[in-house]
Amino acid sequence: MDPMAAIKQTFFQECEEQLVELESGLLRMEDGDDDLETVNAVFRAVHSIKGGAGAFGFDELVEFVHVFETTLDLIRSAKLAATPAVTKTLLRASDVLADLVRAAREGGSADAGAVKIIADELSALLGGAPRQDDDGKVSVDSLDFEPVCISLDSIFDIGEPEAPATQDFILRFKPAVGLYAKANETLRLLRELGRLGETSVECDTTEIPLLTELDPEGAYLCWTIHLTTSAPEQQVREIFEFVEWDCELSVETADVGKLLEALQESLEPHEAPPAPIAVAELRDTSVATDPAPTSFAAPSDDHPAAARAEAAKGEGSGAVQATIRVDLDRVDRLINLVGELVINQAMLSQRVSEAGLSRASSVAIGLDELEQLTRDIQDSVMAIRAQPVKPVFQRMSRTVREVASMTGKSVRLVMDGETTEVDKTVVERLTDPLTHMIRNAVDHGIEKAEDRIAAGKPEEGSLRLSATHRSGRIVIEVADDGAGINRARVRQIAVDKGLIPAEANLTDDEIDNLIFLPGFSTASSVSNISGRGVGMDVVKRAIQALGGRISISSVPGRGSTFSMSLPLTLAVLDGMVVTVGGQTLVVPLTAIIETLQPKKESVHELGSGARVIATRNTFTPLIDVGAVLLYRDEPIEPTSQVALLVESESGAKCALLVDAIQGQRQVVIKSLETNYGHVHGIAAATILGDGRVALILDVDAIVARPRADMIVADMPAAAE
Amino acid sequence: MSKTILTVDDSRTMREMLMLALSEAGFSVVQAEDGVHGLEVLEKATPDVIVTDINMPRMDGFGFIEGVRRHEKHRGVPILVLTTESDGEKKDRARRAGATGWIVKPFNPVKLVDAIRRVAV
Repeated sequence: MDPMAAIKQTFFQECEEQLVELESGLLRMEDGDDDLETVNAVFRAVHSIKGGAGAFGFDELVEFVHVFETTLDLIRSAKLAATPAVTKTLLRASDVLADLVRAAREGGSADAGAVKIIADELSALLGGAPRQDDDGKVSVDSLDFEPVCISLDSIFDIGEPEAPATQDFILRFKPAVGLYAKANETLRLLRELGRLGETSVECDTTEIPLLTELDPEGAYLCWTIHLTTSAPEQQVREIFEFVEWDCELSVETADVGKLLEALQESLEPHEAPPAPIAVAELRDTSVATDPAPTSFAAPSDDHPAAARAEAAKGEGSGAVQATIRVDLDRVDRLINLVGELVINQAMLSQRVSEAGLSRASSVAIGLDELEQLTRDIQDSVMAIRAQPVKPVFQRMSRTVREVASMTGKSVRLVMDGETTEVDKTVVERLTDPLTHMIRNAVDHGIEKAEDRIAAGKPEEGSLRLSATHRSGRIVIEVADDGAGINRARVRQIAVDKGLIPAEANLTDDEIDNLIFLPGFSTASSVSNISGRGVGMDVVKRAIQALGGRISISSVPGRGSTFSMSLPLTLAVLDGMVVTVGGQTLVVPLTAIIETLQPKKESVHELGSGARVIATRNTFTPLIDVGAVLLYRDEPIEPTSQVALLVESESGAKCALLVDAIQGQRQVVIKSLETNYGHVHGIAAATILGDGRVALILDVDAIVARPRADMIVADMPAAAE
Repeated sequence: MSKTILTVDDSRTMREMLMLALSEAGFSVVQAEDGVHGLEVLEKATPDVIVTDINMPRMDGFGFIEGVRRHEKHRGVPILVLTTESDGEKKDRARRAGATGWIVKPFNPVKLVDAIRRVAV
């Protein structure tokens, strides 16, 4: 890749990180955190984006960031108070900034209207005219992106055709101690002058004291340089740009110099070197001695305290972690190899145990250690792909702001456990379902302000988004303090839509979970807020596709809590290993609700070979996995079997008949499609300890097919 | 032997740009992510020139420059400040802290190399 393109990519990655920092800082400020380091971190984030944007010439972005930065600088220097109204504007500005960054990355353009509205609001905070501020500080900063700095090249370009004529300069230059303390050197300055033209240099050494009085770090020399050059005076002066505070300097054209010499000769004909003070009278701007030259040992002490304070706070949000960036393919290759290692180790263990070696034998003990190590390696490698959910969570705060402003509600988002880590793919695929849930919660969950007040609740609704690790999974909860689920209404809708029979006897919990059924939507009209007619069933399916489960609990008048439990990684799976028709199969544990031993009296024939099993007052279809996968032709007696009560992604429940349960195991997922081809009813494969391939069941496919058959079989009966 | 430049900047983008521009100009580059890290790096590396940003977490450019100027071994190393502020307070503070010179952002490789040449023999 072109190196600049690679850096541009880095820039956009960094922008994403800075936007996250920015938003989290602003949210802390909104919570009343007035710590200077928080404001500094926010400022740095914006400043950093501006730096890169300027270098890549993203003018639209730079322009906006500049106003944003100037506003933050005012807050940083306590000239503007971070009131709730101000932080709200800043949060909206961060949203616009995110849009502008995206536009810059995708080569499009952001919504100019929205950008202008916020830019105007920011300008209003600046008092409307940041560039004309009287106290000078703001105007100085606002100048920093004006193209005032002209490069030497452009000076040559402009200068050469018009002014090739040479000019003679006489420079008098007396370095002060500060010049050397800042690592500047006379020699380099003389060399730079030499690049401009012909020079002759004289050194006045009369001020050098006796050796006993000589300060080794003192400045005693004075230089006179005659320079003949075609460069303009400005360019000559620029050479002394870095040192002008730490020296006495005069630059005159030779004519003035000669006049001065003549004048001095007439006044003091015997005094050899011209006194620098006399020269200073003739200069216009350039002499400025440092009133208190900074020495090495005692730097000016107006800011080290601040620097120390800042350094002490280093552990906070701005702390830098040592990281390396690795191509994702490499990580995945490593994960794959570790998967092979796990399988290999399991095979080895099994062979050793088959060979009849005692568990106390040195080989078996060594293998135990190997197993432990392999597991540790696997965990460590998986951890490489793990990422905090913070970026996704933070995106939600924007969603809340947007939906709240569209619905005219006031909602506060509280986040908890943003640092909880989960597999990168899980993090990425969380955004859509989570966005949908958050929109739903603000739109339908939280009541309008007047209803809240009437119910004796604070006017501002509260939405809580949290993540925790619980028994090897990540649990994410979205809790609102709204009205809770209107069960009577939900039930009525479900009946109206034919999702449940009118006389169905459902528990509160079951009614709440009706909202996950396909085709259910509580919104009286399809608003563009909660989504394009997308219901909670889509959310549920997305979560289940990640190997997760979702449930809801609701207390009328107190609010609802959606709870999602997701696996930490997609590379391994917790499975129930079962035997079917002499074959070993793996059923994903997340799909299994419970296992049961079918009793003769609970199994009912429906005709056409379909059977159901009565569990907890409902009838659940019984599916013989062996028959579906064509392992056997003859129907089998369910009572000799084990039934796994499973739930598919669509919420349909089924009881899968298997011959026996071998046990529960974590298995490494191997794609069947990449290695063989798609097989209906099979999701993937894995390799067991004995080296055999075991197929992982696609519960959805298994549940869906016979169900369709059953409906067809039932239809005539219903029609009769 | 090529000159070694220590770059101190919390922005990865800027570090990569500096790395590209400086290595193309034939310099060796050592990188640090902020002032604290910069001072740590100086315990091992011996740069000929230091290029530092001002706005950084943990320890900003001013603190870092003061740290270098107090450092027994490195106090004489030329330090160029990389800043978007073309004038004013920041430049002045950097100078008082002991900066040798400055480079004005937006980043321009020609100006960068030119400034380094000006302060390094």
